[in-house]
Amino acid sequence: MTPPIDRGRGLELLRQMLRIRRFEEKCAELYSLGKIRGFLHLYIGEEAVASGAMPCFKPEDAIVCTYREHGHALIRGTPMGPLMAELYGKANGCARGRGGSMHFFDAARRFYGGLAIVAGGLPVAVGLALADHMQQRRGVTACFFGDGAVAEGEFHESLNLAALWKLPVLFLCENNLYAMGTALERHQSQTDIARKADAYGIPAQAVDGMDVLAVESATKQAADFVRQGNGPYLIEYRTYRFRAHSMYDAELYRTKDEVAQWKQRDPIASFEQYLRTIGLLHNADVEKLETAITAEIAEAVAFAEAGEWEPIEDLARDVYTPQQAEV
Amino acid sequence: MAEFVMPTLGSDMTEGTLIEWRKKVGDRVTKGEIIAEVDTEKSAIEVESFYTGILQQLLAQPGETVPVGTVMAIIDEEGTPIEQTKAKTETKPKKESAPSPVSGPMVPPLPEPGRLRISPAAKQLAAELRVDPSDLKGTGPGGAITLDDVRAAAVVSKEEPTVAVDRQARMRETIAAAMARSKREIPHYYLSTAIDMGKAMAWLKDENLKRSVTDRLLYGVLLIKAVALALRQVPELNALWKGGAAVQSPDIHVGVAVSLRQGGLVAPAIHHTDKQSLSELMTRFQDVVKRARAGTLRSSEFSDPTITVTSLGEQGVETVFGVIYPPQVALVGFGKVVERPWVVGGEVVSRPVVTASLSADHRVTDGHRGAVFLSAVDRLLQEPAQL
Amino acid sequence: MIKMTYREAVRAGLREALQSDPRVFLMGEDVGKYGGTYACSKGFLEEFGPSRIRDTPLSESTFVGAGIGAALGGMRPIVEVMTVNFSLLALDQIVNNAATIRHMSGGQFSIPLLVRMATGAGRQVAAQHSHSLEGWYAHIPGIKVLTPATVTDARGMLLTALKEPDPVFIFEHAYLYPMEGEFDENAPPVDIARAVVRRHGKDVSLITFGGSLWKALQAAETLAGEGIDAEVVDLRVLRPLDQATVLASVKKTHRAVIIDEGWRTGSFAAEISAQIMEGAFYDLDGPVTRVCSAEVPIPYPKHLEDAALPQPETIVTAVRNLKG
Repeated sequence: MTPPIDRGRGLELLRQMLRIRRFEEKCAELYSLGKIRGFLHLYIGEEAVASGAMPCFKPEDAIVCTYREHGHALIRGTPMGPLMAELYGKANGCARGRGGSMHFFDAARRFYGGLAIVAGGLPVAVGLALADHMQQRRGVTACFFGDGAVAEGEFHESLNLAALWKLPVLFLCENNLYAMGTALERHQSQTDIARKADAYGIPAQAVDGMDVLAVESATKQAADFVRQGNGPYLIEYRTYRFRAHSMYDAELYRTKDEVAQWKQRDPIASFEQYLRTIGLLHNADVEKLETAITAEIAEAVAFAEAGEWEPIEDLARDVYTPQQAEV
Repeated sequence: MAEFVMPTLGSDMTEGTLIEWRKKVGDRVTKGEIIAEVDTEKSAIEVESFYTGILQQLLAQPGETVPVGTVMAIIDEEGTPIEQTKAKTETKPKKESAPSPVSGPMVPPLPEPGRLRISPAAKQLAAELRVDPSDLKGTGPGGAITLDDVRAAAVVSKEEPTVAVDRQARMRETIAAAMARSKREIPHYYLSTAIDMGKAMAWLKDENLKRSVTDRLLYGVLLIKAVALALRQVPELNALWKGGAAVQSPDIHVGVAVSLRQGGLVAPAIHHTDKQSLSELMTRFQDVVKRARAGTLRSSEFSDPTITVTSLGEQGVETVFGVIYPPQVALVGFGKVVERPWVVGGEVVSRPVVTASLSADHRVTDGHRGAVFLSAVDRLLQEPAQL
Repeated sequence: MIKMTYREAVRAGLREALQSDPRVFLMGEDVGKYGGTYACSKGFLEEFGPSRIRDTPLSESTFVGAGIGAALGGMRPIVEVMTVNFSLLALDQIVNNAATIRHMSGGQFSIPLLVRMATGAGRQVAAQHSHSLEGWYAHIPGIKVLTPATVTDARGMLLTALKEPDPVFIFEHAYLYPMEGEFDENAPPVDIARAVVRRHGKDVSLITFGGSLWKALQAAETLAGEGIDAEVVDLRVLRPLDQATVLASVKKTHRAVIIDEGWRTGSFAAEISAQIMEGAFYDLDGPVTRVCSAEVPIPYPKHLEDAALPQPETIVTAVRNLKG
C-alpha cells in the first residue's frame, strides 16, 4: 500500500467496498427467503476490484461486465433501489426486472450489462471501443471478465482485434482463481494471465486485487494509457471470492483452509486496518458509514418491495424497437 | 426476534433436510455464522444465520425434511431459551406472487365465406356415411363440424337405409378409398399408342364365321390375351406393390374392368389369362361379367388380379387415362376401334385403329419398359392367329 | 429500368449506404483488399478508405460481437460473414447478445446492426459450405431475417434494413449472385415486412424464399403447361413472417406446397406448414406438402447434390401428387 492517500478518499473507498458487501449480504438473505430467485453470483471478497477500478472511468466511458456485476453497477452510480428491484424482478428495476441478477443495464451510465455468457462481453466491448475510435471520441471501454473467460476463443479473438486496430479497450480480468469450480491451474496451461496479452502485443500487468489502492492506481494508469490513444491494455486483478459460485454450492472444489487463508486478506478488513494504522480512520467513522449503508439498503429493499410487477401484456414489449423510435 | 427459516439454497430448491444444528439453544449466534447444515437434492450445504442474537428455540429436528420458508429456529437478544423442541409452525415464504400468465389456446380463424368449417376427418367420414355436412351444425371449436357431429347425424339418418343403397354406397366407398390411395401413393406415368387392328378384325371376322353364334369371340378377348402374352415379355408390369417394393407375380391374372348397371365397377381376375385359349377366355369373360353383375363373384376373383384391363370403347371413348388399382402396378386401357387414315406401304388407307394406353407405377418401371410393353401388345395383335 | 446482376445490386446497395450515411461502415473477412469473396465490395477500399472498409481477422464471433458493440456505440455497422457456414462460429454473439440485449435491458438499448452472409447449396462446394440455415436464424426473436431473391430486393432490402433500429440478418443465396435482373432506379424504397406474390394462380400455392424462388417459378411454368395454375409466394422476410399473405394465398388455392432448401426435419417449411394449420386449416383441400433438401450432408458430385436439393421437377411432382 504505497500511494499516499487523503482521509476523504480513504473513507470513500471504504464506504464503496462496504456498500457492496452489505448490499450483497442482504441479497443472500433475501435469496434464502425466496425474494430473489434464479442465479445469484455474489462478489463478496472481490470488492476491492470494482471499488478501486470503477472510479477511474468517466461518464463518457463504456462499461461491460459479467454476471457478477452488482458491485460494478453500484460504484458506477446506479442507485441501489433499482438494482435491488432488478433482483426482485420488479418493473422499477434497472432493466425493468427483465434481467435479474446477471443482467444489470443502465443506459444513462453507459453500463452495457450484465452479459452472462463467459467471454461474450469481450467482442461487444471491442465494438464499443471501435465506435468511439471511429467517431473520434476519447472514451475508454472497460471490459470486465473472469479467469474462466481466458479459456474462451472470444478472449483471444478480441485481444487480437483490439490490438490490431489499436482500439481503446481496457481488458480487466478479475482472476478469482476459479472458473466456477475449476481451478485456474486445472484449466490454463499458462496461469500467468497477464502474459497472454504479450502474444498480442498488448501491455499488461497483474495487481493485487485484494488491495483497493493497488487496484485504483493500476487501473488509473491503464485507463490513461488507453485514453491517450495507445490501444488496449490488460490488467489481471488477483482476487478471490469468499462465497460459492452462485449463491450456494457445496464447495467441493476448494478447501476450507484455502478460503480461510484468503479471508485473512479480506479487502475491507485489511483496508480498514490500514486506514486505522495511518490514523485516518476512527471507530465513529465506521459506525457512521455502517449506519448510512444500512439505511440505504433498507430504502432499496423498500423500493423493491413497493415496485410493481411488469404487466404480462408487456411481455413482448422491446423484443424489437418500436417503429417510430428511429435511433 | 428473528425467525431462522429453511433457506432457498438454489434456483430449483423447494425443500431441504436438516442434517444437524451447529448451535444449541442458549448459544450466541452472530450474523454470517454457520448455524446448521442442510441437505438439498444436490449436496449438503452449511447455512448461515442472517441475524445476531441468542438461539432461543430449535423447532426442527435433524433428519426432518421441510419446505423452503419453514421456521426452524428462533433467534432473539432477549428472553429465556426454551430447551425443548416444539412442534414447528410452517410458514410459506412471504412472497408476493407475480401475476400469472393468461394465454388461451389459439383458435383457428373462420374459413373463407362459402367454405365449410369441417375437419378433414369429419369430411371423409361424412362422405363414407353419406351425410351431407352442409346440413350439420358443428359443435367443435368455433362451430367446426367434428367426427362426433357426423356420427350423430349418421345415427339419425340410419332409419331409412335400403340394402341396395348400402351395397352401392359400400362399393363407392371401396372405389373411393382405392382410387384415392392410388393417386396419393402411386406416381403414375402414362403412355399410349395407336394400334392398327386391321389384321385382327379381319381374322376375327373369318374366325367367327366358322363358329356357332354362341361361341363367337368378341374382339375384347383378343386384347386381353395380347396383354397377357405381352406381360411375359415385360414381367415387371405384372407385379404387386408390397411393403415398399414391387413383387413380380409368377402367374398372370388379368383383371377385367366391368362396369355395373347400378353404378360402380369391379375388375375380377381371369386366372392364368396367358395360358387360356381364346375360346376359354371368351367363356371365362362372359362368366365373370355375368356374375359381377349378379354380385356373385368369389373373393379370390377380387383379390387375385395382377394387372387390370379396361376397355371403354363401347362408350365411344378413344383414349383411356386409367388409375392403377393398388397394389397392382399397371393398368392397360383400350378405347373405341375407329376407322382412321393409316399409311400402309407408302399409301394412305383407312384402317380400324384402337388406342392402347398404359398407366404404370413409376416406382416400379420407367417409360422405356412401358413402351416395350405397348409395342409387344401391338405386335401380338398383328398376328391374331397366334393368340 | 436498369439491368444488373444480383451481385451488382448488392454492391450498389452497399455503396449507396456508405455514401449516404457516415455512420455506416463495412467489416468482415476479405471485404477490403480482396474486394469481397463474392466481389460485392470491389473497389470500396479505394473509394471509402480503410477506416470504413475493414478487413477482419478470421474471428467471426468477435467481429460480429464488435458489430453489436459498434451499433451500441452509435455506428451503423454492416458485417459481412462470408457464408452462413462460418456464422456458426458467431452464434454466441448473435443468439445471446444481438437478439437479447434490447428486451433484457428493458428497452434501454437498440442494436442497429446489419449482418449479411451468403447461404445455400448448388455450387458443388460440398457439405461444409452448402448450408441453408436461415430457417434456424428465423427461430430467434429479437433479430430480423431477410432472404432477398431478386435484384430489386438485393439492393432495396439492404437499404431499408439499414434504417432498422434492430439487428437484421440478410441471407443472400450464393447461387443468385450472377443472376441478372432489372430494377427501377426511381422506384420507392422496398419494404422488409411483406411477402410478395410473384406469380398469381388459383390451383396451388408454392410458398418459398431465396434461391428456391426461381425453381418454384420454373415449376409453375411447367405446371401451367399441364393446366395447373400455381401461385408463387416469395416470403422475402422469414422473421417477422408475413403470415397474412401466406394465409390469403392458401385460402384462395386451398393447397400449399412449401419449398425450402433447408433440411425437412425442423425446417422453416415445417413452421410455415404449422402456421397454415393454425390459420387456414378449414380452407385446405389437401395436406400441406413440403419440398425440402434430403436429410444428408450436401455431397460434392453434381448428380448427388442435385438429387439432395429441391428442383423444379420435384416441385412439379409434389404438386401433381397433391392435385391427384
